[in-house]
Amino acid sequence: MSEGVIQSDQPAVRDAAGEDLFSKFDGIIRTREDLLAGGVEDPFNLVMEQVLSPTRAICNGRDTILLGTYNYMGMTFDPDVIAAGQKALAEFGSGTTGSRVLNGTYQGHREVEEALREFYGMDHAMVFSTGYQANLGIISTIAGKGDYVVLDIDSHASIWDGCSLGNAEIVPFKHNDIDAMEKRLRRIPDGAGKLVVLEGVYSMLGDVAPLREMVAVAKAHGAMVLVDEAHSMGFIGPNGRGVAEDQGAIEDVDFIIGTFSKSVGTVGGFCVSNHPKFEILRLVCRPYVFTASLPPSVVATAATSIRKLMSGGEKRARLWENSKRLHGGLKGLGFTLGTDVPQSAIVAVIMPDLERGAAMWEALLREGLYVNLARPPATPANMTLLRCSLCAEHSEEEVGTILGMFERAGKTVGII
Amino acid sequence: MDRAEVDSRIRALIEPFNKKNLEIADGTTFAGDLEFDSLTVMDFVAAIEDEFDIIISMNQQAEIENYGELVSAVCGLVEK
Repeated sequence: MSEGVIQSDQPAVRDAAGEDLFSKFDGIIRTREDLLAGGVEDPFNLVMEQVLSPTRAICNGRDTILLGTYNYMGMTFDPDVIAAGQKALAEFGSGTTGSRVLNGTYQGHREVEEALREFYGMDHAMVFSTGYQANLGIISTIAGKGDYVVLDIDSHASIWDGCSLGNAEIVPFKHNDIDAMEKRLRRIPDGAGKLVVLEGVYSMLGDVAPLREMVAVAKAHGAMVLVDEAHSMGFIGPNGRGVAEDQGAIEDVDFIIGTFSKSVGTVGGFCVSNHPKFEILRLVCRPYVFTASLPPSVVATAATSIRKLMSGGEKRARLWENSKRLHGGLKGLGFTLGTDVPQSAIVAVIMPDLERGAAMWEALLREGLYVNLARPPATPANMTLLRCSLCAEHSEEEVGTILGMFERAGKTVGII
Repeated sequence: MDRAEVDSRIRALIEPFNKKNLEIADGTTFAGDLEFDSLTVMDFVAAIEDEFDIIISMNQQAEIENYGELVSAVCGLVEK
């Protein structure tokens, strides 16, 4: 959500003694110290000593079920994916030591872009070193001075940072509010360039955008549309292309942004598009040009994984089953969830406040369950959330075990 | 629309957001005096935008710290 928007208010008067550039962090340092003083394990300093599978790890010395990794399709331990990475590592070395536009484009980078073009059925694909850089680069480059970026207020930090890096006028609208978006588009001066930025799945609450309506409104106002499908790739839509495909709007989307660090199971980001001039971005997009490209092993694992996701129907069905089972189970136990019905593979459990959220997070960790603790300012409406993301490789039995852990932890902490 | 009219319309809009019932002067700051957080800012800005049928982009918002600056900015946008 709005990490990039206005930060919480700082006290206007500061104690002059010991003041330096770090004084602006005093508020967050205090909040953190207060939290840890209560004896809670640090939610933002967890170490996985061993990773046993896409769904299991040894965390802080405990055998733990992973329910907060975005490893939706469980591709991280796929034997074909690992073999492809090992082969590339042996044949092409450990890294490229170069920018994509100089010495950093290897055969593997071309091959993963080819896999993306096939996966999305689009003419162009451009691979970045992370998903964050893909948003940063595309948004800041295509929307320039005098142009307008119209975006959802709950957009991911990488979208906000892409806005900050560029020179366009930035106009946010209320989350998923079609009418608010339409009004802002209508008020943009004639002749100004317009980019509408949306997400398929919003990662904090796991809710889906009404893309069919929003994309149509954007197009009616002559805007280009960029959709971040980071949290839907591989399992939403008939071909796993995301929410825009699922709602029949993909033909009108100008740019899809995605990541390799979720369903694909490695690291990297990309943009796919049918725009005839798209390839020029390789020369003018600074977060693409002025950074090293992905290592050969990474692009080889990504290409193999993307091709396997094209035929991942059985895994997708299992993932949806898991999401429905967890959502229904948690609701039945009396937890408050981010969405009424499961809309994605993210199930967000809303906590009454940060203190009990942190206590619940720790109680779950002691039970042997890892979820994400999400807190303001990264969350909508200053909520504290326990965010669960499911994996196709979670077994039915594991989901049952997870529900038992939530029940015990919830009763211990006094939330249910 | 003259400044006095813009001022009185914004004054009416700010009321539900003025939780501390402060006396609003030109020098009243949104972050410091009124303690607006980012969510309040969004709702308040949306209310003004709808009232005057304008856009106050985040770039412009960053330049506005107090009430007087807001009235001036809206006057400028309404004139365009």
